Amino acid sequence: MIELIAANTKFTVPQGLLLALVGFLLVICVLFVLMGFIYLLSFIVRLIENKRKASTETGKTEEKGSAGAPALAPGSSGAVKLNNVDERTAAMIMAIVADEMQTPLNELKFISIKDVTEEAK
Amino acid sequence: MSAVNIGEILKNLWAGSGYSMIHWQQVIMIVIACGLLFLGIAKKFEPLLLVGIAFGMLLTNLPGLNVESAALFHSEWWTGEAAVANGVDYVNILQHGGLLDVLYIGVKTGLYPCLIFIGVGAMTDFGPMLANPKSLILGAAAQLGIYMALILAISVRFTGEVAASVAIIGGADGPTAIFVTKELAPERLGAIAIAAYSYMALIPLIQPPIMRALTTKKERMIKMDQLRTVSKKEKIIFPIAVTIITCVLLPSVAPLLGCLMFGNLLKECGVTERLSDTAQNALMNIVTLFLGISVGATAQFETFLTFDTLMIVGLGLLAFCFSTAGGVLMGKLMCFITKGKINPLIGAAGVSAVPMAARVAHNEGKKWNPDNYLLMHAMGPNVAGVIGSAVAAGFLLALF
Repeated sequence: MIELIAANTKFTVPQGLLLALVGFLLVICVLFVLMGFIYLLSFIVRLIENKRKASTETGKTEEKGSAGAPALAPGSSGAVKLNNVDERTAAMIMAIVADEMQTPLNELKFISIKDVTEEAK
Repeated sequence: MSAVNIGEILKNLWAGSGYSMIHWQQVIMIVIACGLLFLGIAKKFEPLLLVGIAFGMLLTNLPGLNVESAALFHSEWWTGEAAVANGVDYVNILQHGGLLDVLYIGVKTGLYPCLIFIGVGAMTDFGPMLANPKSLILGAAAQLGIYMALILAISVRFTGEVAASVAIIGGADGPTAIFVTKELAPERLGAIAIAAYSYMALIPLIQPPIMRALTTKKERMIKMDQLRTVSKKEKIIFPIAVTIITCVLLPSVAPLLGCLMFGNLLKECGVTERLSDTAQNALMNIVTLFLGISVGATAQFETFLTFDTLMIVGLGLLAFCFSTAGGVLMGKLMCFITKGKINPLIGAAGVSAVPMAARVAHNEGKKWNPDNYLLMHAMGPNVAGVIGSAVAAGFLLALF
């Protein structure tokens, strides 16, 4: 360590004042630098965390969106809209139509099946 | 076989016992040591250190134990002319030294204060300071006492080294005071350590009147906003960055601040729990034990019973008062600038003394507003004060 002042020196009061002033200013400056560093550090960390949070949320939304729609069977064209027809009857109608048309069921696209009995009356 | 001369045996026993060579100054020192033991045990004044210091003081001043052959501690080997001119002869100390001489090696080399700082770091949560970085300004302002005491000590004609050692009492940080004094004024170590630890214990009595005198009732009742949560990353990066920033600027502060930050990193990094636990408990306790008794041993009547000791005790008290005032006044200024968002009482916690000073600020705030919880807000300036006093110590060590 470099010795700045000779050993056992007795100072005058103005010299003491000057030393005290320099020392106090040094402490304030160092702690100010640390304060600035902490602000910078928290800004950077929060920025990174917000970005990560945003990307995680986007991922979650996408996952949620795909989870909302039921998984489609291979080759399926989606759901059939049923009007006043129960599922069992609708499945029977689709099977009969496929049989009549001599076409495999997964190659047909049913948009909706509607009970027209009431209308006929 | 020669006849046994009982009279001669008793005479020699008496001549060899300490009672035949007792000195009135030793009696005073024994009374002072017992008084300090009473304060430590009955009044619980910093008992972990004060009991050790007082007992070391008692041992080193017992008549009969200060003769060359039986001495537990040889102050002349540490602070005598030969030691000052040629350095301490550690080989001689290890070969011929007393128990307290051997233990004192840890003080003289700066080992104990640094190991204690590892423990302090492992126990310190810098979170409140990271959540409110403005508290660093309060920690800096509360070092005012160090520099006021430096001026006062210089004005009463202490040498620069002694003045610096007396001034550091104002940092309210025992290990820092010991670290500076063992380097600059080892012959005053006993008086300075006792003054520092006694005033730290007296903080609940010293600070509140100053806090009340410098603040208005309205200021004392201010409720502060809740602190933000600090992320783990910030807590891990902080000790590493502080070590780099501060130790490069002031290399003399590296042993203290480096150890403090190392201890804190052990706590925060989450992968060294066993080391953190050892630093906080076993290591801290063992070092405290050795530090107390060996520092107390330096308080021998030849150097302790002087007018200078009274001056040191008086200046130490003034240093504490100025430090408290500095913190509170800066708190008032920040309260004014932030339009009443900062309670100035937390400024008083800027003197290190963790966590006692923060508790005093909290209790004082609660007295005036029972719904006020200032503890976490006061912990910010409190831990900032530890860094501030270490920086101040580094400056004084670099200077002299």
